[in-house]
Order: sequence, then C-alpha cells, then structure tokens
Amino acid sequence: MRRRFAFLIFCIAFATMQRARAEGGSMSLSPPGTVKAGNAFAIQTTGSGQAVLYIVGLGQVIGRDVQLGETTFFPAGVLYNAGHYVAILVAGSNTDNTAFDVVPASRPASLSFLARPSRLSVGLHDGISGCVYIFDAYHNLITAPTSVSFKLSNPSGAAQERAVVAHDGVAWTEVDSTAKEGIDKFKAQVDEVSSTRVVEQVPGDPCGLKMSATQSGKDIELATTPVRDCSGNAVPDGTIVTFTETYGGDQSTVDVPLKRGIAQVEMPAHDGATISVASGVVMGNEIHWR
Amino acid sequence: MLRPSSTPQAAVENLGDKIRLQAWGNAYASLDNKAQFTESDFEHDLTGYHLSLRTYATLESFEVRPLHASNNEAEVQLRIHWSSVVGPFTDTRNLRVVRNGDRWNVDWPLVKRSVVPPQVIAVNYLRWDVIYRGSGDDWGVQDVEAPHVRIVDMHPVQRAEGVVVLGELLNEDVVPAYVSVRATLQSKNGSPIASEGSFDRISHILLPKQVTPFLINFPDANLSDVGSIRMEPMSSLVSASADPVIEIENQQLNPAPGASVTGQLVNQSGQVVNIAHVLETLYDKTGQVVWVADQYTDRALLPQTPVPFDIHIPEDLARKVSSERTIASTYSVGGFQ
Repeated sequence: MRRRFAFLIFCIAFATMQRARAEGGSMSLSPPGTVKAGNAFAIQTTGSGQAVLYIVGLGQVIGRDVQLGETTFFPAGVLYNAGHYVAILVAGSNTDNTAFDVVPASRPASLSFLARPSRLSVGLHDGISGCVYIFDAYHNLITAPTSVSFKLSNPSGAAQERAVVAHDGVAWTEVDSTAKEGIDKFKAQVDEVSSTRVVEQVPGDPCGLKMSATQSGKDIELATTPVRDCSGNAVPDGTIVTFTETYGGDQSTVDVPLKRGIAQVEMPAHDGATISVASGVVMGNEIHWR
Repeated sequence: MLRPSSTPQAAVENLGDKIRLQAWGNAYASLDNKAQFTESDFEHDLTGYHLSLRTYATLESFEVRPLHASNNEAEVQLRIHWSSVVGPFTDTRNLRVVRNGDRWNVDWPLVKRSVVPPQVIAVNYLRWDVIYRGSGDDWGVQDVEAPHVRIVDMHPVQRAEGVVVLGELLNEDVVPAYVSVRATLQSKNGSPIASEGSFDRISHILLPKQVTPFLINFPDANLSDVGSIRMEPMSSLVSASADPVIEIENQQLNPAPGASVTGQLVNQSGQVVNIAHVLETLYDKTGQVVWVADQYTDRALLPQTPVPFDIHIPEDLARKVSSERTIASTYSVGGFQ
C-alpha cells in the first residue's frame, strides 16, 4: 500500500515537473550522492522564495516546505529503506529534481541464518550447509563485501571453522558432519552479531550387527549385542531390527525396536531352523539352531 | 422375507437373513444350542468382542452350501460376505443343523472370546513426539527436519489390468516417518501419461530403519508406451510409538493352485490392537520384488493371542515366488498412550 502511494506521488510530481520544465525557472537542489540508511543528511537548494521538497522512493515518501536558497536538514532515522530515491523541488509551476541512493548501513544488526539439515548422519563429507544473509538495523540487506565466520562445534569442544566473504548480502559454506553423534552448534558471526543453529548428528547404519541365541523353554531367546554404527556410536533406541526364522519351508518374522541398545525377542525353537537378523539394508549374522 | 425352516438349507438361509437384519434376538432364538451361550456372545461372535473391522462391517451377501444331510441332521456351509471400509472379507462357518419335529434349527459353532490371563505386561518402548516451528517465527528460524527416506527397490511390471509399479522404501533416519510414494509414468518423449499414489498397499508409518513394500496401480496403462517413471517418495515427521510389537509366526508359502501365504499375527504388547494390516512382499530367486499382497484382519488382536492370516497370491506369479517377507502395521483405538 505504501509503495503504491509512493508511486502515485512520484507520478504526480513527475508530471508537474515536466510541465514546469517547459515553463522554465531558476531554482535547483543538491542532495548528497548517497545516504546511509538511517543517517542524517541535508539537501541544499538555490533560488528564492518558498517551495515544497518531495523525496520519493520505494516504500517511503517525504514532503517538506522549504525556503529556497537554504539547506534543509533531515535528522537521523528519516530515510531508512535502501534504494533509489528522487528529490523533487516544486515552487508554483517551477520544479527541479535529482536522484540519489540510500545505501544500507555498514554496521550489521541481524543475520538470517539458514542451516540445513537440522539432523544428519555422522561422517558425511560436506553434509551440512550454512547460508547467511546480513541485514542492517533497518532490515536492509548489506550488499558490501563483509567477512563472515562460520563455526560448527560439538559438545567436546572440537570445532570446524570457515571464514567467508559475503557478496551481495549472502555468504555460505559447507562443513562435514563429525564422527561422533551429538547436538552440535552451528554459528554464523559478523562482527558482534551472531546467530546459532542446532545440528543433530545421529548415528549411521548399524555396523557388525550380531545376535546370539539361547534356549528358553520351548522358545529361543534371541538378543543382539549392543548395536553400534561404524564409528562406534550407539544406534538409537526405537530402531527396527528384523529377526527371521526359517524352518522346513516355514518362516517367522518379527520387527523389534531397539531397547536400551539391544533388540531382544523370543521365537519358537525349531530344530534345524536358520535365524537371521537385519536392520534396514544391513544384514547381520545367521544362526543355525540345533 | 423369512420362509419356514422346513429344510436345513431354509433354516440356514433364515439365520443368514436375520444376521443381515441385525435381528440378533430372533437369530439367537432360532438356534438349537442357544443354552450354551448368551445372545450377547452370539452377537459379538459375529461383530467382534473388541472394536474391529467387524464392528462396522455390514453383511453384503451370504451363500448356503449343503455339505451332507440325513433325516435328523445335516451339515451346511454358510459363507458370509461382509463389506468393510477397507474392502470385503468372508466368514465361513460349517453349521450343524438338527431336526426338531417339522422344523430345522442351527447349532451355531460359537468362536469363543479369547481370554487373556490377568497379568502385568511392562511396556517401555520409545514414543516420539514432534514440535514444529511456530507460524509467527522469523524467516530463517530452524525447523525440524523431515525424515530421510529412500527407495531401495523399484520396477514396473505389465499385468492384464495395466501397469504395476512395485518396490520397497526404507526409512533411513532415526525418527519415525509418515510415508507415501507417488509414481508418474512418462512417455518416450517425456510427457506424463499418468500419476498415481501407493494408497494402502504400503505401511504408512515407518519406524527408524524399517522397510515397507509399495505397489502402485496404473489401470489400463501399457508398459510399452512408458519411457521412464518418476518416483516421488514423500515423508513427514509424525508422532509414533514403537509399541505394539507384532510377531508374525509360522509364515508359510503355499504353492499353486490356490497359492497363498498363511501365518499368524501375535500381539506381543499388552494393548488390544483393533485393526492390523498385513503386507506381504514376495521375491523371486534374485531377490527382486515380484508382488505385494495385503490383508486386513477382521478381528482385534488381543495380547499374546495368535490371529491367523491368509493372503492370496496371483496364480501366474506363484511359480516365480522364492521367498517372502511379512510386516504388519496396526491401529489401536485411542492411539498410543
């Protein structure tokens, strides 16, 4: 809505200006070439008499009565949206206009930090990506080259760091997931401003899945050893382990979740049965029951 | 319209009509052995002692088939075809019918209520809950990651009814996933021919490292028109529980004719499972999936009480089947607690 209004004002002012130009007049204005968002600035005018000074940009319009020939001061915080602006001076049927830019403040105030994924397996090369957008206090994207540091640290204190220069307001990096499971902190920092995301590193596929069998009455009690991934991390409880017993053309299957690190089940004892264990696409050992 | 029960067949037909009308009192009153059980037992034998598919099923039709008869006694088979929200199921009872003067009465073979002995079953399996980011959170705020799933096998086959896409999907994450699979057949020039989802020939809830088969039907499609297939596995985080654990016992692959996989489901938890969905993955000698068949149990699964299943295999595929894998997904009223 604000932008539409600004556009409307701009059109009216531009039309007035064109007509006035045709009529001629002796006044001018000199805004600074660039203004930092939120900073104070001044516009010098020439000529004599009263006029109205309009400043029109996307999302912002300002109108001031001015005395021609004097300097008009705008305090800090008046212009804060970065972009291209037009200053238009209107005195009766006379007008003048000049364009200038409002640029983002150089001091970062906030970061939008996108870290993906928030959960991944251990030991993945370049498995974690971080992308940061840098904004000033008025939410303008700071497009000037800016140094950004990324740091992924795990609870033991080990860290991976990357220094990246942001271009056009954005910087990104990739880091490896570590060999140890846990909640890591992924931090992006520009000067004193930082943003932290949590990246959960979880165990990978089970490795060396092994079970043992013992007689328990008419049943066989099957239990795995504590299930770990290839880096030695304990595979989390709830992970499904499938036991399959094959005997004389028949088969019994049971999907058992890990509980306290092991999967345990009782299945009917059949002489000559072959029992296998698997989790996902990982096969474990086989037992021939006698 | 009830007819006089002047023949064994008429007596059974009358009973079938009364069951269809849910006239439990009349049906019970017509039984010869009603002194052996109550009307409530009779009703629940047919509608289920616990909430199950039977509870909301309606009798679609029934068939009466005389097996043999003498002057005073006959054996008649009653096949009741029920209609349920997940498809039809059939209840077959062989009934003894006895003569009482000029009338015949049915001796109802009551399937007694399974009684689970009083006991305490400790259940301490994991349960997962999910908290998503709030709608008012700023841009760039982190959300919980969707589960990582992967198709580990997929291939199309041509069947008389159209193209069928078969495969298996693995939840390779450490959190439970709600999954579905969508396939799009593309012509040789890359234009889409048809797009279908797996609907219920898949186990939608996958615990970590669990594998489900899937089957996607493309009726009337022709494989020779297909240049490629685009597969879209979808997953989202879902609250879930690792309980109940269902053991599948005595699985048996029965060869053609009448090829089937039979077995029993055993609920190892202490919670009643109201509906179980059994999915059968059939493999050839090379380990490739040749078919996915399924069945819903019409009776609730009580703790430690075996419930049989019998899943039909298409005759033409039965010869190719070398091994099978069965999984069961479950639904309990009230969800997990």
